[in-house]
Amino acid sequence: MATTDTTALRPEIVMHGLPTEPKGWLSWLTTTDHKKIGIMYFVATFIFFILGGVEALLMRLQLAQPDSTLLNAETYNGLVSMHGTTMIFLFIVPVMAAFGNYFVPLMIGARDMAFPRLNALSFWLLAFGGIAFYASLFWEPPQAGWTSYAPLSDDAYMPSGGVDAWIFLIHLTGLSSLVGAINFVATIHNMRAPGMSWGRMPLFVWSILVYSYLLIAALPAIAAAVTMLLTDRHFGTAFFDPTGGGDPMLWQHLFWFFGHPEVYIMILPAFGIISEILPVFSRKPIFGYKAIAAATVAIAFLGLLVWAHHMFTTPTSTVVLIFFMLSSFAIAVPTGIKIFNWIATLWKGSIVFKTPLYFAAALPALFVIGGISGVILAVFPVDWQLHDSYFVVAHLHYVLFGGSVFGIFAGIYYWFPKMTGRMMSEGLGKLSFWVMFIGFNLTFLVQHSAGLSGMPRRVYDYSGDLGVNDYNLISTIGSFMLGIGVLLTVINALRSYKHGKVAGNDPWKGNTLEWYVQSPPPVNNFDVVPRVRSVEPMKDIRREVAKSGEAAGSVAQPVASGT
Amino acid sequence: MADMFTPESGGSPNADKIDSLYKIVFYVGVVIFLLVEGTLLWALVKGRARRGGPQEGEQIHGNTPLELGWTVGAAVITVVLAIVTFLYLGDIKNPPPSGPDGLAQGVEVASIDQPTPPGGSSENLTIDVNGQQFLWRYDYPGGAFSYYEMVVPTDTTVVLNLTASDVIHSWWIPKLGGKMDAVPGFVNKTWFKISKEGTYIGQCAELCGSGHADMRARVRAVSPTEYTAFLERQKADIKASQEALAAQRKDR
Repeated sequence: MATTDTTALRPEIVMHGLPTEPKGWLSWLTTTDHKKIGIMYFVATFIFFILGGVEALLMRLQLAQPDSTLLNAETYNGLVSMHGTTMIFLFIVPVMAAFGNYFVPLMIGARDMAFPRLNALSFWLLAFGGIAFYASLFWEPPQAGWTSYAPLSDDAYMPSGGVDAWIFLIHLTGLSSLVGAINFVATIHNMRAPGMSWGRMPLFVWSILVYSYLLIAALPAIAAAVTMLLTDRHFGTAFFDPTGGGDPMLWQHLFWFFGHPEVYIMILPAFGIISEILPVFSRKPIFGYKAIAAATVAIAFLGLLVWAHHMFTTPTSTVVLIFFMLSSFAIAVPTGIKIFNWIATLWKGSIVFKTPLYFAAALPALFVIGGISGVILAVFPVDWQLHDSYFVVAHLHYVLFGGSVFGIFAGIYYWFPKMTGRMMSEGLGKLSFWVMFIGFNLTFLVQHSAGLSGMPRRVYDYSGDLGVNDYNLISTIGSFMLGIGVLLTVINALRSYKHGKVAGNDPWKGNTLEWYVQSPPPVNNFDVVPRVRSVEPMKDIRREVAKSGEAAGSVAQPVASGT
Repeated sequence: MADMFTPESGGSPNADKIDSLYKIVFYVGVVIFLLVEGTLLWALVKGRARRGGPQEGEQIHGNTPLELGWTVGAAVITVVLAIVTFLYLGDIKNPPPSGPDGLAQGVEVASIDQPTPPGGSSENLTIDVNGQQFLWRYDYPGGAFSYYEMVVPTDTTVVLNLTASDVIHSWWIPKLGGKMDAVPGFVNKTWFKISKEGTYIGQCAELCGSGHADMRARVRAVSPTEYTAFLERQKADIKASQEALAAQRKDR
């Protein structure tokens, strides 16, 4: 009987009447298909990633030795601002939306996002935000850093339109993220496959859900702040201008009330990605599913309560500093839980060493360094020495590159076969990994020491007597290695798109529903949405297929066969 | 070598205490680092799939005592770090009294805005620091001022009142303790106490515009008598140049 036979495949939702897939470039401009929008997100964000990377390499070139005359201070400060803004608002945050767009519907067994047209709007807002920001290259880019601290960003000190371009970028990408987040929330709450309860939802989907709620909580603060900055700059208000009775500290509070949750917005989906990859390649279930999901929620909640640890050196009373030190300590606990859970997932596994696993295993290895330096920085008397020095630059890159970007690359290698139907080259992938891994550590490990020796961040030049010449040279060499490593993956992806080995539906023996459909998935995703009975529905389906005696290769799109 | 891993120190007691506190947190961090990287590498090497070995890893879904264990363990470490921080906080934050060889306050230099401590005469020397694009101005008690180089007496606790007149700057002389932001409209405080004569260098630590990287600062510690002489010379110089300027204006 169907009611007792709990593992049988039963079709739950059947689609009738399939629209034909539109082709041609116009289909990209007008599409509302979450997969096409996802691909456009990937392409756009990687273009910005490369732009941001070139900006970083120019800065490293300038800093290779003291008294360099390659760039002047204005150009350098412009690059500082462009690099930070690009990587955060135009690469890491939206690339997570790229993954979410493409894979959330597939992983939860939905045929599209809840609001497909809103989804297209998200993408185009992002694209125009990026264009508005980069248009400032034609007059004068902003020079106040990605934090645009007032009063430096006020019209009295930065009259050029660069800061205005930055403000429009914040508004456009902020709206893009906000409607995208609402879309994710609606999709994940309402469109999960039959049987996919909260406790059976893939951890990546958990991370995108929490990412979305964090965006909704944090974005209004920055939207308000940049609007006030805009009126300060052009309409005579003085929200942040002390000469008019305003308060420069207000900017910092509003900015970081958004800015610190933003850090978790950037890292949690990467945690989600490797929480999918590690169990697949160690051929084990994820260790402590509930703990990881709960830790994700805990990090997000605590992440809203730590913003002033960016402000330990401002005129603020000690009681406040103590509170923010303790809340920052508290966030180390759920983060530690995740790291231990990932290691326990690998423990006693039967680990298959493919490129996605290399990048996924590198994430905890590198993130833990950023986590430890984060705890050091949370001790506010110690932060008085380290704040705004290269120690902080090293810390944030261990978190955002060693954490987020290695997670993103793991996701690219893992899901490329699903998106294109072709495998990426393993040889080139592993080469890219090692070049990136070594280059990354060369670049950023020594920056801790540069900061400890007294080198502040955001300087276009430094004194040769400071004792940081060697650190900076090593860092520059490492950064170019890192650049070559990234380039190898880009080449790999472009080559594999045409020439890669055909992947089939499920090349990795995945756990989640996206591996159930063809690669690339058809426009409606699922002809039949399978009932979900565990957190690893594909494992159940493979087991079921093996039991029913079919050939292993025919897992593809099991028709309404069941028993 | 050791300096690769620790902050600058050696100029002032607060810098030394920050250095000690940093080292405690750092050593705890090193232990955690080795533990995590060690188990991670071990799991990767030990767990690699072998030819002819099992297709699947051990199907473990979790282990509640173990998970509770590392949660509590992590929490305990953060509590310990917090307690250690509280033990060091007073020495780092609160300026100590000046030493016996320090500047005798209230004799040579009169300052009206200093609170009189219960002991009697005022102990600390207060200097007003003003950050401006792109240099530092120091106002000493008694009307003397200087730019870029601050001259201070040894064995004397120097309290700095930091502010800025345009954008935000940050005062940072690594060997003399932590940095503090100079924010327009606010007064922020920090202090140092130098025991031996010498110069200590630093620079602005908050992006303040195109001259940020060149906004350097220097503190020169001299004996109290030399300091008093410096103040007199500085005052005389300022007066002379003001009179010269006035004379120029009359000539025109």
